[in-house]
Amino acid sequence: MSDSPAIVESHNPEQQHHFADMEQQRQASSLGMWLFLATEVMFFGGMFCAYLIYRYWYYPEFAAGSKTLDIRLGAINTAVLICSSLTVALSVRAAQFGKRKLLVTLLVATILLGLVFLGIKGVEWASKFEEHHVPGYSFHFEPQAPSHPNTKIDPQRIQIFFSLYFAMTGIHALHMVIGVGLFAVLTFYAWKGRYNSAYYTPIENAGLYWHFVDIIWIYLFPLLYLIDRKK
Amino acid sequence: MNMATVVNPVTERENYLNQEYGVRSWLLTTDHKRIALLYLASITFFFFVGGLFALLIRLELLTPAGDLVQADTYNKLFTMHGQIMVFFFLVPSIPAVLGNFLVPLMIGARDLAFPRINLLSWYLYIIAGILMMHAVLTGGVDTGWTFYTPFSTAFSNTKVIEAGLAIFVVGFSSILTGLNFVVTIHRMRAPGMTWWRLPLFIWSMYATSIIFLLGTPVLAITLTLVIFERAFHLGIFDPTRGGDPLLFQHLFWFYSHPAVYIMILPSMGIISEIVPCFSRKRIFGYSFVAMASIGIAVLGFLVWAHHMFVAGMSIYAALIFSFLSYLVAVPSAIKVFNWTATLYKGSITFSTPLLYAFGFIGLFTMGGLTGLFLAALGVDVHVTDTYFVIAHFHYIMVGGAVMGYLGGMHFWWPKISGRMYPESLGRLAALIVFIGFNLTFFPQFILGYLGMPRRYWQYPPEFQVLNVLSTAGSTILAVGYLLPMAYFLWSMRYGKHAEPNPWGAAGLEWMTPSPPPTFNFEETPLVTWEAYDYGNIDLPKEVPVER
Amino acid sequence: MSEHVVSTKLYYAIWIALLVLTGVTAGVAFIDLGPFNTIVALTIATLKAVLVLLFFMHLKYTSEKMTSVVVISALFWLLILLALSLADYTTRPLGVN
Repeated sequence: MSDSPAIVESHNPEQQHHFADMEQQRQASSLGMWLFLATEVMFFGGMFCAYLIYRYWYYPEFAAGSKTLDIRLGAINTAVLICSSLTVALSVRAAQFGKRKLLVTLLVATILLGLVFLGIKGVEWASKFEEHHVPGYSFHFEPQAPSHPNTKIDPQRIQIFFSLYFAMTGIHALHMVIGVGLFAVLTFYAWKGRYNSAYYTPIENAGLYWHFVDIIWIYLFPLLYLIDRKK
Repeated sequence: MNMATVVNPVTERENYLNQEYGVRSWLLTTDHKRIALLYLASITFFFFVGGLFALLIRLELLTPAGDLVQADTYNKLFTMHGQIMVFFFLVPSIPAVLGNFLVPLMIGARDLAFPRINLLSWYLYIIAGILMMHAVLTGGVDTGWTFYTPFSTAFSNTKVIEAGLAIFVVGFSSILTGLNFVVTIHRMRAPGMTWWRLPLFIWSMYATSIIFLLGTPVLAITLTLVIFERAFHLGIFDPTRGGDPLLFQHLFWFYSHPAVYIMILPSMGIISEIVPCFSRKRIFGYSFVAMASIGIAVLGFLVWAHHMFVAGMSIYAALIFSFLSYLVAVPSAIKVFNWTATLYKGSITFSTPLLYAFGFIGLFTMGGLTGLFLAALGVDVHVTDTYFVIAHFHYIMVGGAVMGYLGGMHFWWPKISGRMYPESLGRLAALIVFIGFNLTFFPQFILGYLGMPRRYWQYPPEFQVLNVLSTAGSTILAVGYLLPMAYFLWSMRYGKHAEPNPWGAAGLEWMTPSPPPTFNFEETPLVTWEAYDYGNIDLPKEVPVER
Repeated sequence: MSEHVVSTKLYYAIWIALLVLTGVTAGVAFIDLGPFNTIVALTIATLKAVLVLLFFMHLKYTSEKMTSVVVISALFWLLILLALSLADYTTRPLGVN
């Protein structure tokens, strides 16, 4: 580390040697995070593409599969995630004001809400295993009387719906797990008092990630649970 | 590598190579120049692994009978040749080695924006490489580098999951590289280095990074779904459950067609640096060349389904994709015209990098034009899955990308190592590569047009003469690749010491010593001139200027 | 720091709005609107996403032009993927699927 003497004045300990100042460092991190989220859009985009095409092809099967999902749990989970987004947004604010205790509390709340979401998701998945709605050799689906007498439902094709259900919610849940881990680390550092009004980029960026995962779920909820609920 | 540069009185000056010694100082470095060299060593390893498979393929095809290897083994050979060459050599080659080394130097920054993420991306590459080598050594993969379903998901009995995982991880590595470049180019430019003063190599790195960022994730999710389908029996691409194998192809080529531009755009950037330098002229149509890079990056995403014309997709969509494919030729042609226009009336030095650049321009043009044959729906139906396709994309990837890579390695080797390579051997190697390449791949155009299909381990005897030519060419090509490696290694110890700017080239990277100090510049440069300002660089030497 | 500080009141307002919209979208799903069920569901989801993006993710307040460029390009590329894939699926002759 041989910093040129020119940039020694008011040197923030969190500033890395190759940046001219904290502002440049913050802008770089922020842009990096948004670019990462753009890659995430495309990552989930592949599954949304598959979803769109198969739903276009197999609408009756998708509707039948969607009806078996528990809409209450889905809605509760949506609410849980929205609450966690609020705690994250407030935690960024707490960091901006350098309120260490409030920051830690809000981060812990976020982690707990994330765990609640994952727990509910686990309950839903477990019931799929009991109902044999997991794609594979033991898949079994007893179609209810179809809403329109003319629509024929191929139980095999309902596997496509459930494959997408598991892939999409599974990858989303994996992102949640990563997010919870991320916030656990941040809580530790926040407890140690690393973040203050001059340096809170990690909180901000983790927050962006969490909100993004929330947005994905905001779309997954109607796409998976609400395809055909009308009586 | 570091051992070669020890104890030489002339290199007393502290630089990034001699500042620290020892394995630790390399494996934990966050210096973009050292990470570039880590990448150089690793991709060279994979280049030779992939090359070994290529040689085995050519040896098998020496005779019409399937005598050297079994059909199954042959399937694995071409699969692993493709996967290793594409994902472990071509995609990371120029961005991760030369890009890593040059992006901060060219824009006057002390490092990339995220040095630790840069190191992380190398470790991800290594993890992926270990996974891939494990897959290779424990039985290999036989799906073709494209992993087409349902063969890859339901039938193949080989290490599909491991290879898929390896490519997933290496994709993550390139995403991080691309992210680093975009942020660096946006946020770390030296004062005065405006967008329109950026070297064209930076523009091409920027365009490449866009593809890394927006294309690679789609490949990642596609391979994830394939792995899920194999491991957990999900049925997203399974035709027995109503899934569509063509959907896999759509998603796969959404990345893998733009990936071709990941391979060729960086080479184009290198050519745009070499040609002005050795013709002592400002590049013709700077902004057109720059925008053509961006244009290729964007248009490249609109054409992917031309890989699927005969796979059963809608003919109407095929027409659209056929038309869009022609559009990509426009920015590529703009570049070729601008390079030749730059050469026109230049004072040309036929140095090694320029020879590679000439090779690139010629071979890329051939590869590009035959690409237009394939973009044409009617012709494509005739030559799909023949050696015509093989020849076409090797003209782009080997004739284009690898030629550009070698040209760039020669051009910047003095900067990287602080040593000069032997010029006459360099020219000889360039010539050998050019001859070997054409002898290997030109016969394959004819073979393909005559109807020899790809991916078979034996063929009718009437194709033998051309195949023998091709195999002979591949051995010449191998010599052409080993030679530079030998004299580069030699030059690290015995080469003449390089001056800061041995070519009299424009660009910030030439204004710092060779090899550069750890933080690149003694002081942050202030840029007040346009890129490729060769008119002014050469001015003081020839005193009276007559016009 | 150039970063804008958002008032807690606004955060709570957005939070309430998001919860209400979740309730609405779940409720509307049970009413038969024909093809409009999907449209309403996706419109509400997009509305929620925009609220999160603008206020929770501070897109509305950021001084960085690049942030919105990144968001727009991500959505544009997603559109390319969806639209050109659909170009195939919507024009395939029946029976192939």
